[in-house]
Amino acid sequence: MSKLVTVYIDNQPYQVEEGQNLLQIALANQIDIPHLCYHPDLHADHNCRLCLVKHDGEVETSCEIQAREGLRIETKDAEIQALRTENLKLILASHRTNCPKCRAQLPCKVAGLMKKYGVTSEEYRRKMLDLAVHKMANAAEFDPNLCVRCGLCISACAEIGINFLRLEGKSSDTHLAHSQNPKVDCIYCGQCTVSCPVGAIREQSHLEAVEEVLADSDKIVIVQMAPSVRASIGEEFGLEPGLNLEKKMFTALRILGFAKIFDVNMGADITTMVEAEELVERLRQKFTGKKPSLPMFTSCCPGWVKFLEFYYPELIPHLTTARSPHIHSGGAYKTWWAKKAGVDPSKIVVVSLMPCTSKKYEASMDKLTFEFAGHKLKPVDLVLTTREIAALLKKHQLDLPNLPDSEADLEGEYSGAAAIYGASGGVMESALRTSAYLLTGQDLPKIDLQEVRGMKGIKKATIKMGEQEIKVAVVATPRNARNILEKIKRGVEEYDYIEFMACPGGCIGGGGQPLQGTVETIKKRIAGLYTIDAQKKVRRAHENSIVQEFLAFVKSEPALSKKILHTSYSAKNKGA
Amino acid sequence: MYLRDDLLAAIEQAGLVGRGGAAFPVARKWRRIKDLQKPKKYVICNASEGEPDVSKDFFLLEHYPAEVFKGLILAMDFLQTKEGYFYINRNYYQVLQAKIDPLLKSCQERGYLINLFIEEPSYIGGETGALLNAIEGKKVQPRYKNPSPSVLGIFGTPVLLHNVETLYDVACVAIGKFDQTRLATISGEGLAKPDVYRVRNDQGVIDILRQTGNYPSFDFFVQVGGGAAGEVLTSKQAETATLSGSGSIKVFPKTTSPYTFLQKLFAFYDRESCGKCSPCRDGAWQLVQLLAGQSEQSELPWAKFSPIIKIMDKGSFCNLGKSIALPVRSYALNILGIKV
Repeated sequence: MSKLVTVYIDNQPYQVEEGQNLLQIALANQIDIPHLCYHPDLHADHNCRLCLVKHDGEVETSCEIQAREGLRIETKDAEIQALRTENLKLILASHRTNCPKCRAQLPCKVAGLMKKYGVTSEEYRRKMLDLAVHKMANAAEFDPNLCVRCGLCISACAEIGINFLRLEGKSSDTHLAHSQNPKVDCIYCGQCTVSCPVGAIREQSHLEAVEEVLADSDKIVIVQMAPSVRASIGEEFGLEPGLNLEKKMFTALRILGFAKIFDVNMGADITTMVEAEELVERLRQKFTGKKPSLPMFTSCCPGWVKFLEFYYPELIPHLTTARSPHIHSGGAYKTWWAKKAGVDPSKIVVVSLMPCTSKKYEASMDKLTFEFAGHKLKPVDLVLTTREIAALLKKHQLDLPNLPDSEADLEGEYSGAAAIYGASGGVMESALRTSAYLLTGQDLPKIDLQEVRGMKGIKKATIKMGEQEIKVAVVATPRNARNILEKIKRGVEEYDYIEFMACPGGCIGGGGQPLQGTVETIKKRIAGLYTIDAQKKVRRAHENSIVQEFLAFVKSEPALSKKILHTSYSAKNKGA
Repeated sequence: MYLRDDLLAAIEQAGLVGRGGAAFPVARKWRRIKDLQKPKKYVICNASEGEPDVSKDFFLLEHYPAEVFKGLILAMDFLQTKEGYFYINRNYYQVLQAKIDPLLKSCQERGYLINLFIEEPSYIGGETGALLNAIEGKKVQPRYKNPSPSVLGIFGTPVLLHNVETLYDVACVAIGKFDQTRLATISGEGLAKPDVYRVRNDQGVIDILRQTGNYPSFDFFVQVGGGAAGEVLTSKQAETATLSGSGSIKVFPKTTSPYTFLQKLFAFYDRESCGKCSPCRDGAWQLVQLLAGQSEQSELPWAKFSPIIKIMDKGSFCNLGKSIALPVRSYALNILGIKV
């Protein structure tokens, strides 16, 4: 613990740690100082020059001032306000014209800043560079002409261990660009989009497409929400992270006109069943002296899968063949549910609400389509990020926190094991709860596996299942994944099962989550997920009766199993 | 031959200051790095010289390269290091290669490893942090003020960085020939003998023009201390002014239009901004745009320049953006009588 000192902000004393920067201190104490390039978890580049304050009569950026005893700053001085305003006019020149959100009158993060400082963004015209919007597959995209060159996306990408983005050029030609190195590629995780203060790097929007299908009376539009979305969407409405708003979301989705409200959590229980069966099969082979591909790797994170397919294609056999939760449930709706409900599956449109951008990439994969009832079907048609669904609710003036509660439709039923899928270690914990049962016929003595929970980038544990010890690891971000994969390749460490996620903290810290989330925000969201699990009566996937009903259906149509439960992988080239 | 501490004392006695423009006392810089207990230290000679109308470093490397390298070696001996960099802009190196290469070779033969680093010519490339970043292979942009380059310069190692003229001065002190002079680059259309001259540190600007035979035959004003960032003075104010910054004197006919004067200045700041911070990058570009709509005869939109100059001055990350305020404000006030 560092020394405590007293600093004075606008003559108010604050006890703080010596050396902390004054912007951080001001923000922690709800003192409003505008800023675009500062993020508590990322490299500080001090380039936006908005957080100006007065320090000993001199104008300085508060992010560059370090706390020491007796230090004083003024944040509300008239000169400071004028300088911030002028700088904002320069930075945001032509913002409104270039910002698709502003154009569509959707909430944009800088709109508040513009309002507060009386800046229209039309005071100056921006230098437009002859650069197109760059698409990262069909997950995310960036517009160099909207970018304010704060570099946060570059830091975020470097932090997770990819380094796909960079700034190129000089002076007013400085622009966001991507790596031309053939050995470096984007994995579509969207961490860059979370950190962007101006929406220049963002998800590829499916909002318009969703509104179109909702307006089409010939379509049966099913919506399903990922585990993480319910614990973070409140942030978009000013609520604390981690608050479970699923029941209000179900109401909101009905008002928006979705025909059926199902839940990706049900899909997560399917995934657990499929994956646990495969793990148990591989373990049994190992126990009988055969050489299956172990450790088995999870595959529910498309960012992680792309990472492995691009950077470590030689390890592809380690991936479980199980599809991911929303793809599992999407396939279930268009086969099992369609038959049960007596509807034409080709009329069903499945919309997933995900904390993720790479799920857009995944949903569009041709390899996931399947034939059923004479139709070629996609398990999931459209994907909205948490931010997009929040924007849609706001557009329809739905005040989420004040809506009445309601329940999902019957086929959306899920276990507590599904709820924790959103947190790093959650997939592992769910799979272990069920694998133990499948392997030994008995549940684990302790249902809560604390050793695989939490924000640590690499977690290791040995779990006893009957007579056998199963060595597992839980890994978040490619940076940490490289660390473990290199050890596995060299035979330094051995595991039976490893969960990998692209984003810090797992899906809950995903690239489609509310903007500017921090490690602290993610921790609160995670706590929310474990609370849901703890409060569920059914906490194991194999006890979910709906999933049992669905799996019995698949068994009755044997050709379906391969089509809707399993998938395959292939080495990827850059941009694929 | 001087012992280490004798040379330091002599430098202090002579009052040597850095000639890159900031005039930081050399002895203080040396002492700070000497006291650091680090296994490795570098000395770097900065021959970037990117400001317009300044060519004193080129002059020294052309006429006195051996003295510059002598200063470099003295600084390396003082820090007891055998490693250094000679950081030079490409345009200079292309002309001076025949003078520099043999000196690098002879240093190497004497056991001093001086790496040649050829930079793409730019103004910011000569800025301390940007220069160190360039050597480390990073984007050529200024650095955050902490830690100081004396502590963490390049590759985790302290760096003693000196301008060409400063190292030349060190050599002069060592051989007892330092005489409180400096170099002045004199330029301007219609001058008799624009060139680089040795002048007394305390010599007045007008006196320098007269003594070098460059006193104009026309009404004029001057920009002193850098062809971009220098202060603009009337010929009367220049009587009492001495050299500052990088030691340049640029003469302008009094008939120079504000449009012509500012066009060159704004274009420099727009072109040379590294692009890191918004006031400098966006501000300079907007200034160029504001001027683009004007002509020789127009009444310039000073009220629109003013807020941009102000944010560049108060908000820029490094001294490049900040430095636009002095030439613009002094020009407006001293020559046009306008307060910006």
